[in-house]
Amino acid sequence: MSLLELDGVKVHFPVRKGLLFNRTVGHVYAVDGISLKVEAGQTYGLVGESGCGKTTLGRAVLRLVDVTDGSVVLDGTDVAKLPEKELRTFRRRLQMVFQDPLGSLNPRQNIESILSEGMAAHGIGADQDERRERIRDILAKVGLPSNALSRYPHEFSGGQRQRIGIARALVLEPDLIICDEPVSALDVSIQAQVINLLEELQESMGLTYLVIAHDLAVVRHISDVIGVMYLGSLVEEAPSDALYEEPLHPYTRALMSAVPVPDPEVEDRRERILLHGDLPSPANPPSGCRFHTRCPWAQPKCAEERPELTDAGGGHKVACHFTGEIKAGTLRRAGEPEPSAAPEPSAPAKTVPPQAPAPEAETPEAEASEGSSGEGKPGAKAPGAKASGEK
Amino acid sequence: MSLVSTTSKIDRLAQLTAGTETSSGASLWREAMRRLRRSKPALIGGVVIAAFVLLAVIGPWIAPYSPTDQTWRGEVFSNRGEFVGARAENWFGLDHLGRDVFSRMLVGARQTLLVGVVSMLIGLLVGAVIGLVSGAAATLGGRFGQRIDDLVMRVTDILLALPSLLLAVSVAAVMGQSLTTVMIAVGVVQIPVFARLLRGSMLAQGGSDYVLAARSLGIRKRRIVVTQILPNSLSPVIVQATLSLATAIIEAAALSYLGLGNPDPSVPEWGVMLSQAERFFDNEPMMSMYPAVAIIITALGFTLLGEAMREALDPKLRG
Ligand SMILES: Nc1ncnc2c1ncn2[C@@H]1O[C@H](COP(=O)(O)OP(=O)(O)OP(=O)(O)O)[C@@H](O)[C@H]1O
Ligand code: SF4
Ligand SMILES: [Mg+2]
Repeated sequence: MSLLELDGVKVHFPVRKGLLFNRTVGHVYAVDGISLKVEAGQTYGLVGESGCGKTTLGRAVLRLVDVTDGSVVLDGTDVAKLPEKELRTFRRRLQMVFQDPLGSLNPRQNIESILSEGMAAHGIGADQDERRERIRDILAKVGLPSNALSRYPHEFSGGQRQRIGIARALVLEPDLIICDEPVSALDVSIQAQVINLLEELQESMGLTYLVIAHDLAVVRHISDVIGVMYLGSLVEEAPSDALYEEPLHPYTRALMSAVPVPDPEVEDRRERILLHGDLPSPANPPSGCRFHTRCPWAQPKCAEERPELTDAGGGHKVACHFTGEIKAGTLRRAGEPEPSAAPEPSAPAKTVPPQAPAPEAETPEAEASEGSSGEGKPGAKAPGAKASGEK
Repeated sequence: MSLVSTTSKIDRLAQLTAGTETSSGASLWREAMRRLRRSKPALIGGVVIAAFVLLAVIGPWIAPYSPTDQTWRGEVFSNRGEFVGARAENWFGLDHLGRDVFSRMLVGARQTLLVGVVSMLIGLLVGAVIGLVSGAAATLGGRFGQRIDDLVMRVTDILLALPSLLLAVSVAAVMGQSLTTVMIAVGVVQIPVFARLLRGSMLAQGGSDYVLAARSLGIRKRRIVVTQILPNSLSPVIVQATLSLATAIIEAAALSYLGLGNPDPSVPEWGVMLSQAERFFDNEPMMSMYPAVAIIITALGFTLLGEAMREALDPKLRG
C-alpha cells in the first residue's frame, strides 16, 4: 500500500455574494477530481502553471482547506473525514514547507519558539531543555548554526529561512512532507542548495515528499514520479524519466517546450508549442477536456467528453483522447504548416521529425534529434531536420 | 512620553508572546521605532504631545492665578460687550466672568487630556474585545464562526454608518449631562472603528502562511489566536488609538459646544471654554481662539504622530 493515496479529491470554494445574507453564486473548482499515490520513501513532483490548484491540493492533504469530495488516505487514515479533535494530533504526521519562507515564519517568534511550538503541542520532549536538544540536532541537519535559536526570522537570508521552515517540519518526524514551491522564492544559486538539502535529508532520514512546483526543472531532479496538473486535474503522470523522455500530453509538451536549453544550437531547433490564450478561470472551467481551449490538437470531441487519466503503457498515464494519434503524428496541429512543406508528407508517422525535449537536449545525444516542423514522435531521427529553419 | 510608554508596553507584550528571554528583543518594533525617530512629522507630533502631557501634569502648579476665582469680575461686562483682552497681568485676557484665561488654559489641559484618553480607552477596549471575538471566529471558527462574525460586523457597519456626532449626542441625551457622559459618548463612537480594525487586521493575519504553518503543526486554535494572530494584528490598532485621541478631543469639545459637556464650572476644560467663549465671539473673538487653537494643535500632534507610526509600521514600506 502506498503511504498516501488521494482518490477523486475535489476542493470547490463557494463564491458568495450578498449584503445581508450570503448566497452561494458559484464555485471555484480549484481541485477537481485528483487521484494519485505517493510511495513511502519516494518523491512525487506536482507541476502546473500558476493558479491550477497545486497549493490548494497540498493544503487539502493537510486539511488546511476543507475537502469537498474524495478521500485523502495517509497510512490507512482518511484525513478528509477525520474529526477535528483527532485531526489536530494527526497533523504531526503531515507537515508542510511553504513557498514564502519569510511569510511562513511568525516575525515575532524566535527560532527556538518556532521550532519547539509544534513539539510542545504534541507533547514531544519532556521539557524545554529536551526539546532544545532536539532542535539543535535538527538545526545541524539542515545546516544552520545552533546560535540561530535566539534569533528572529528577519535576521536570516532567504535560503536560511527556508531551512528553518524545513527544520520546523522535520522536528515532528512526519511521515509525509509537502513542499509547496519550496525554492521558487529563492535566488537561483540558492535553489540548488535547498533542493540538494531536501534530497540529502530524504536519504538520511527516509522521508517521503510531495513536491509542488510550477516549473519542471525544479522537480525533475528529485522526483520519482511526476504529475502534471492543469486547471484542477492531472493531465499526465509518469515516472520522472519517462515523462522527460516522452511527454505525451499536449500540455506537458507545451510546458517542456517553454524551457530554454543552454545550448544555442539545440535551442534554435527546439520545438516550441506556444499556448495561446490564458489559463481559463477555475470558476468557469471549459467543458470536456479542460485543455481544449488552448490545445493545438483539439478536436470536436474534446469539447464534449472529458478524457480520463489512463495508462498509456509502463505506468505512463495521460488524460487525452488522442494520445495515440498525437504520438504517431497522424493528427495535425492547428497552425502547423501544410504537410507538403514537410520533407516527406506522405508518411508523417515515420518522418515527421521529433521535438527535442529539453532534458534530451542537455545531453550530447540530443544533437541527433532535431526538430523541423515541431511535431512528431520524440526520439525519431530526422535527417532533413533543418527544413523548418529554412522556411 | 506617552509614545514611548505605549510602544514599549507592546514591545514587552510582543516579546512575551514570542516566548523568549529577550536578548535580541522584538526587533520589528525596534526597526519601526528607528524609522519613527527619523520622521519629521513624528518628531513634531511627539513634541506637541509631550508639551501637552507636560502641561496636563504641571498645569495647576504653574498657573499664575486660580482658574476659577472671578478675581477681575468688576472689569468685565459681558452684557455690554466690554471685555479685557491680553495684558501684562493676564496674558490671554479675561473671560466673561473675569477669570484669567491663561490660567484656565493651563489647568484645563489636564481635563482635556483625561477626556481624550478615557474616551479613547473606552472605544479601544470594548472595540478590541468585539474585534477579537469576531476576528477569531472568522479566521478559525469554521462555518459557525463565520456566522457570528457576519452578525457582529453587520452591527458595527450600521454603527459606523451613523454620523459619529449624532451617535454621541444620542448617547449623551440618554445619559444626561456629565463628564462621564461625554467620555462614554465619545468612546462609544470609537467602538466600531476599533472592532472593525482589529478584526480586519486579524483576518489578514489569519490567512497568512505562518498561521497555516501553526495549524499544520497541530497547535490549538485558541493558542494560535493569542500567540500568533493577535500580536501581529496590534500595530494598526495602536496607530488608530493615537489618531482617535485627536478625534476624541475634538468630539468632546463638540459635545461641550452643543451644551452636553461637563456642567461642573470648577474644572476648566478646553471644549467647555470654547463653547462658553463662542457666545461672545463678536465682541471678543480672542477668547474663543485660545482653546480652539490649543485643541487644533494637540489634535494635529496626535494625528501627525499616528500617521508617522502608520508609515513606520507598514510592512510594505519596510526595507
Ligand atoms: N480560499 C479560496 N477561496 C476561493 N478561491 C480560492 C481559494 N484559494 C484558492 N482559490 C482559487 O483556486 C485556484 C487555485 O489556487 P492555488 O493557489 O491552489 O493555485 P496554485 O497552483 O498554487 O498557483 P500558484 O502557482 O500561483 O501558487 C485559484 O484560481 C485561486 O484563486
Ligand atoms: S483531449 Fe483533446 S483537447 Fe484535450 S489534450 Fe487531448 S487533444 Fe487536446
Ligand atoms: Mg501555489
